[in-house]
Amino acid sequence: MSVIPTGVSLPRRLGGIALHVGLAVGGLVMLFPFVWMLLTSFKGTHQMLNAPLDWLPNPWRAQNYPDAFGALPFANAYWNSFYIAALNVVLTLLTSAMAAYAFARIRFRGSGLLFGLFLATQMVPAQVTIVPLYLMLSELGWIDSHLALIVPGYVNPFAVFLLRQFIRAVPIELEEAARLDGAGRWTIFWRIVLPNVRPGMGALGIIVFLASWNSFFFPLIFLNSPELATVPLLVSQFAGQHGATEYGLTLAASAISVIPMMIAFLIGQRRILNSMAMSGLGGR
Amino acid sequence: MAGVVTGTRPATKPGSARTATRVRNRDGWWAALFLAPQVVGLLAFLVFPLGFAVVLAFMKWDGLGEKSWVGFDNFTAQLSDPAFGTAVWNTVKLAFLTVPFGLGLALLIAVALNHVKGKTFYRVVYFMPVVTSSVAVAVMWQIILAGGDYGVLNRTVQDWFGLTLPDWLEDPTWVIVAIAIVTIWSSLGLNVVIFLAGLQTIPPSLTEAARIDGAGPVRVFRSVTLPMISPTLFFSTVVAVISSFQAFDQIYVLVDPDHNDGARTIVYQVYDLGFKRFEFGMSSAAALILLALTLLVTLVQFGVQRRFVHYDS
Repeated sequence: MSVIPTGVSLPRRLGGIALHVGLAVGGLVMLFPFVWMLLTSFKGTHQMLNAPLDWLPNPWRAQNYPDAFGALPFANAYWNSFYIAALNVVLTLLTSAMAAYAFARIRFRGSGLLFGLFLATQMVPAQVTIVPLYLMLSELGWIDSHLALIVPGYVNPFAVFLLRQFIRAVPIELEEAARLDGAGRWTIFWRIVLPNVRPGMGALGIIVFLASWNSFFFPLIFLNSPELATVPLLVSQFAGQHGATEYGLTLAASAISVIPMMIAFLIGQRRILNSMAMSGLGGR
Repeated sequence: MAGVVTGTRPATKPGSARTATRVRNRDGWWAALFLAPQVVGLLAFLVFPLGFAVVLAFMKWDGLGEKSWVGFDNFTAQLSDPAFGTAVWNTVKLAFLTVPFGLGLALLIAVALNHVKGKTFYRVVYFMPVVTSSVAVAVMWQIILAGGDYGVLNRTVQDWFGLTLPDWLEDPTWVIVAIAIVTIWSSLGLNVVIFLAGLQTIPPSLTEAARIDGAGPVRVFRSVTLPMISPTLFFSTVVAVISSFQAFDQIYVLVDPDHNDGARTIVYQVYDLGFKRFEFGMSSAAALILLALTLLVTLVQFGVQRRFVHYDS
């Protein structure tokens, strides 16, 4: 057996420094678009054309923010995005946990086949069903209504898959003990299983909220009225109208849309990063 | 602890077969009840529209006027349309640009992070774009990649190095590269976090043992690390390919594919045909071709993985 060096050798330490430098340079590339957005959001339009390039705003034009806020109904869009995302989370979590429980713990004929169907539908791109879905929803009178985002939005095979993994990890003995005490299926699900998969539910809740909050394709297709717009939809419309001429204003609008999410992320970063890691490992 | 739990399993009583069937029957009802909301939703909002799309693909219909059966005309029309050919080619190019480079870079960063202190800080920084909406991402990158006086990248490279870079968003050959860069930037953090979690499940004793046996860092990476995280790599590859096939938001906001054909992807074609020209049949045909391509590529990946992916159980 060879001897393992105890101290940290010079080459290793140099390697460590090189790694940090590399990661820091990469980090700057990741941060630059955000920094540039913020800097530009304080500039007047003419300042963008100055040669040589002005890195810093001169003067700092904070007026872009109230202007952007006044030009479009942002407060309204925030509320729309928030309540749609919250409803999405509640409906998705409850119904997927129920389905996941059935797949994990109840033996019934066709269980494997049905689960296979759930997995297979994950491969169907949203764009494949968008035209028929649009026609169906317009038949129901749900186009240009938030129902078009809330109702189909709760169907989530990925959530069912992820929660099934979590539920399978709950010791079956807990359930059996409850059953001996006379608890029914629903009581077992609600009182025993759900409290034991709380971390998984939390992780999934964050993922669903983020996906709903940031989604663009469905609001773009289903909504028309400005007062119904979600935040990303409003920003894209703003960029379309003012993009080429008033960059300062557009970037202020974009910053207004990014900042709250970023603050929420920084506060809950540990939880969010762990849940994302978990989803990527397929809940293993 | 374990002893307490195992003791609760009830012993099977003789003659319990009938009760078992009754429980089984009642279980069927419970299963139906628990499954109902998701299954009904799945049938109504995914399976039914999918079937509807297949029917529509064989029809000519603008949503208002008469429907008429046209057989395979929509498919042949799409497959012989040069715009659709461009869209397929661009979609494939985008996948080849984003998947290997995006995942390779993420793996490199994850391995580096696994070796340094201060992981939390870097994880947060690299992850910031993932929580940012695709629309904001596109708006941010527009003022970086724009040509002329507005784009900070080209102006800086010109000022500092005297090099003239292509007009990323206007040039039909380079626009797909620009979209790939934005796509990689915005999804990099997610893959880094996933890979890092995968790397951290590798027991240190395993790499230690390899090192004691005289393996250098490269050898340890190739013979221990890579096989150990291959299931995660495979999973991420499948997801990355599927999502690159579905890329839409950044393209829609960053460039107008109607003016720059280099950014026209199959998904954009589906959108264009369906919601700008109201050719619902054509749009569905294009969408089904996209679905077929997705299924084919995913199946190929599942076939190939057997040789590269290592599952320990």
